[in-house]
Amino acid sequence: MSPAVEERHETRDTDLGDEELRVRLSKTWGSARGLIGILSTVDHKIIGIRYAVTAFVFLLAGGIMAIIMRLQLARPDSHLVDAELYNQLFTMHGTTMMFLFGVPVGEAFAVYLVPLMVGTRNIAFPRLNAFSYYVYLFGGLMLWGGFALSIRPDVGWFSYVPLANLNFTPGKGPDYWAQMITFTEVAALAVSVEIVVTVLKQRAPGMTLDRIPLFVWTLLVHSFIIIFAMPAIMLASSMLIMERLVGTQFFNPDAGGDPLLWQHLFWFFGHPEVYIIFLPGTAFVSAIVATFSRRPVFGYLPMVLSLIAIGFLSFGLWVHHMFVTGLPEIGAAFFTASSMAIAIPNGVQIFCWIATLWDGKPVLKTPLIFVLGFFFIFVAGGLSGVMLASVPIDTQVHDTYFVVAHFHYVLIGGTVFPLVAAVYYWFPKVTGRLMDERLGKWQFFLAFTGFNITFFPMHLLGLHGMPRRVYTYPAETGWGGLNLLASAGALLFFASFLLMLYNMIASARSGALAGDNPWGADTLEWATSSPPQPQNFDRIPCVTSGSPLWDQGDHKAVVGGLKVDERELVVTSLTEARPDIREESPAPSIWPFLAAFATAAAFIGSIYTPWAVTWGSPVVAILLVAWFWPKTIEENV
Amino acid sequence: MARSVIDVSGLPTYAFGSRVTPWWGTFSFCLLEGTGFALGIGGYLYLAVTNKDWPKDAVPLSLLWSALFTLVLVISALPNFLIKRAATRESLRSVRLLLLIMSAVGLVLIGLRIMEFSALPVRWSDNAYGSFVWLLLGLHGVHVLTDVADTLVLTVLMFTRHGTGKRFSDAEDNAFYWYFVVLSWFPLYAVLYWLPRF
Repeated sequence: MSPAVEERHETRDTDLGDEELRVRLSKTWGSARGLIGILSTVDHKIIGIRYAVTAFVFLLAGGIMAIIMRLQLARPDSHLVDAELYNQLFTMHGTTMMFLFGVPVGEAFAVYLVPLMVGTRNIAFPRLNAFSYYVYLFGGLMLWGGFALSIRPDVGWFSYVPLANLNFTPGKGPDYWAQMITFTEVAALAVSVEIVVTVLKQRAPGMTLDRIPLFVWTLLVHSFIIIFAMPAIMLASSMLIMERLVGTQFFNPDAGGDPLLWQHLFWFFGHPEVYIIFLPGTAFVSAIVATFSRRPVFGYLPMVLSLIAIGFLSFGLWVHHMFVTGLPEIGAAFFTASSMAIAIPNGVQIFCWIATLWDGKPVLKTPLIFVLGFFFIFVAGGLSGVMLASVPIDTQVHDTYFVVAHFHYVLIGGTVFPLVAAVYYWFPKVTGRLMDERLGKWQFFLAFTGFNITFFPMHLLGLHGMPRRVYTYPAETGWGGLNLLASAGALLFFASFLLMLYNMIASARSGALAGDNPWGADTLEWATSSPPQPQNFDRIPCVTSGSPLWDQGDHKAVVGGLKVDERELVVTSLTEARPDIREESPAPSIWPFLAAFATAAAFIGSIYTPWAVTWGSPVVAILLVAWFWPKTIEENV
Repeated sequence: MARSVIDVSGLPTYAFGSRVTPWWGTFSFCLLEGTGFALGIGGYLYLAVTNKDWPKDAVPLSLLWSALFTLVLVISALPNFLIKRAATRESLRSVRLLLLIMSAVGLVLIGLRIMEFSALPVRWSDNAYGSFVWLLLGLHGVHVLTDVADTLVLTVLMFTRHGTGKRFSDAEDNAFYWYFVVLSWFPLYAVLYWLPRF
């Protein structure tokens, strides 16, 4: 190595002026062009955007399924779709919304925003991050590709046995469903591990535990819930597919198995799943409420403790999905109590947000308006949830539209309204341009009225006895009017998303320029350019308060001494975030994509022959070795 | 704007144990895989409690191969501990030697597990008990297999020009994960081999 190269190699950020540093770092951390470059990128922002775009495409697909179902149900005795297709539609709708949209869209925001908010240059294990995205993508493509080829699961998003067993459901539909679960859970678990490590070890110096933004705390708890909940569904879906493919007997009562074992494993995951989908929504709300109230969220400590309490309690609720399966009374009583108890930390959060708005000077921009909509809808859904926690009420309305109304209030109110708020709020950071406010307010009007017109009548339909998952109903039931109303609302609600799509496309082209911090927010993602450079920050900030951008005044502390021509980032200590190591972040690599491709091939192949696992594993192993094997001597030091 | 700088140029580029990110990654994977084991055992116990035919179904498994497996596994904790220590001291000679030993131990364990499977008195398709025996043994077997494969690759790596610096931290991390493979076996061993005998 020539002395000149040696010298260039060792350049530190303290040696350079701001402009040159920016250019050099952007070259070091940038992604290559061309197909290989696109598939090799490990930039968390690019992967995060891919996650988000993919999740929104699935939202659209799941939404179209919902619209077809609503058109079918708009009038009695309708034959727009037949019973078989209807079963496939509600299965695909639920599965898509839960596994291909609800979970991944939270991951998308986590992957994009957490590294920026904690002030680091990339997510921990960035190649695993790229791998996780491709695994998710392939899982979604497999499910929908199967649907296009008439391989369609039709046994509900929870795939209960014995209905999902081979003798009642021949064909490959449930196998595709079970493997899609494995794909998406692998992805979600990988992202959770990355977020945990990013938050614990890559925070900017000075970001002690009590200075971590609430958004980040929420996604940390969210990641831990995934780590403890998702193994249950991976285990369950693997057991189901083995039951169907190699004849295991886990769920067969004639051979010592039990169908309820499926339900226990499914809901051990399935109830935390509600919080896995909901917690990113609360993360958005915490960030948006603080920014538009112009003060930090009231009650930081109770907020964090509530989050952790929700994390624990979410694992004590699963049996309330099984109240009608004939449980011992003590079990029912316990799960009723815990189902009501979780309303307490949720209530604490709501009161803290309201107190923040009360004490602040709320600015009614679109993100905050959607958050206000969230309060209304989510609280309504929470109240019907407390009703359902009571066994006698649950037994009456089980499997009726009352339950459909309840969980759409919770999931759409708790997740989708904050999500739309988050899109408006962070769109300028991602694209550099603001979304149109006027269209945003129109969208809110459409969404809020459309949502309530769709789902409020379902409470009444449920109380009148209309069961879930029926493709039609006779006119004599008298359910026609409310169903027609719900279907009209669904069209309005769907239109609100088309309006958002238009707003996003139009604003990305010609929206008002945003600048670094258009909302005057306090967290670190707003301390860098919009959109951020590949290196996120030219100089890693040092944090001295919980609201760094509001409190820093004229004095700005930064980190110096990182190499400019290598991907170095600062690893800090767990609680006090003292700088500890200059760790090298992995460079772009094509191997994660290839490994994901081989993994997908092995998973899909295993639906047809168990030997696909035997032959696929060594291939995946070789690709993983290629992925991890050091390419240069410098990587070792 | 005034700017002060915290100088990090003197910090190391790698370290050991919980100071580095890979340790936390491995730790998180232990948590999630441990949850998988716990739920598997939970499912097994659930059926043991709810199924009235369980005692008849639950044929006790032979103690021979599993005893050998458990013995070798427990003994492997010693070279594993020594690898951790040698890696932290960055002693290349010791790490190479110990990795060779651990690779051999791992291959022996895989052999014992194969013998175990071939000697099982029950097939996965016979009844739910058999399904669980195969599932739990298989789940743990996959962990043994992946960590032994990882150890073999690492052994080769340490004999190349890459056997330096950060790779000692990788060797330490690999030893950390092996403890998980060892520890996760004990509850499985108790449930699969001893519970049906009581």
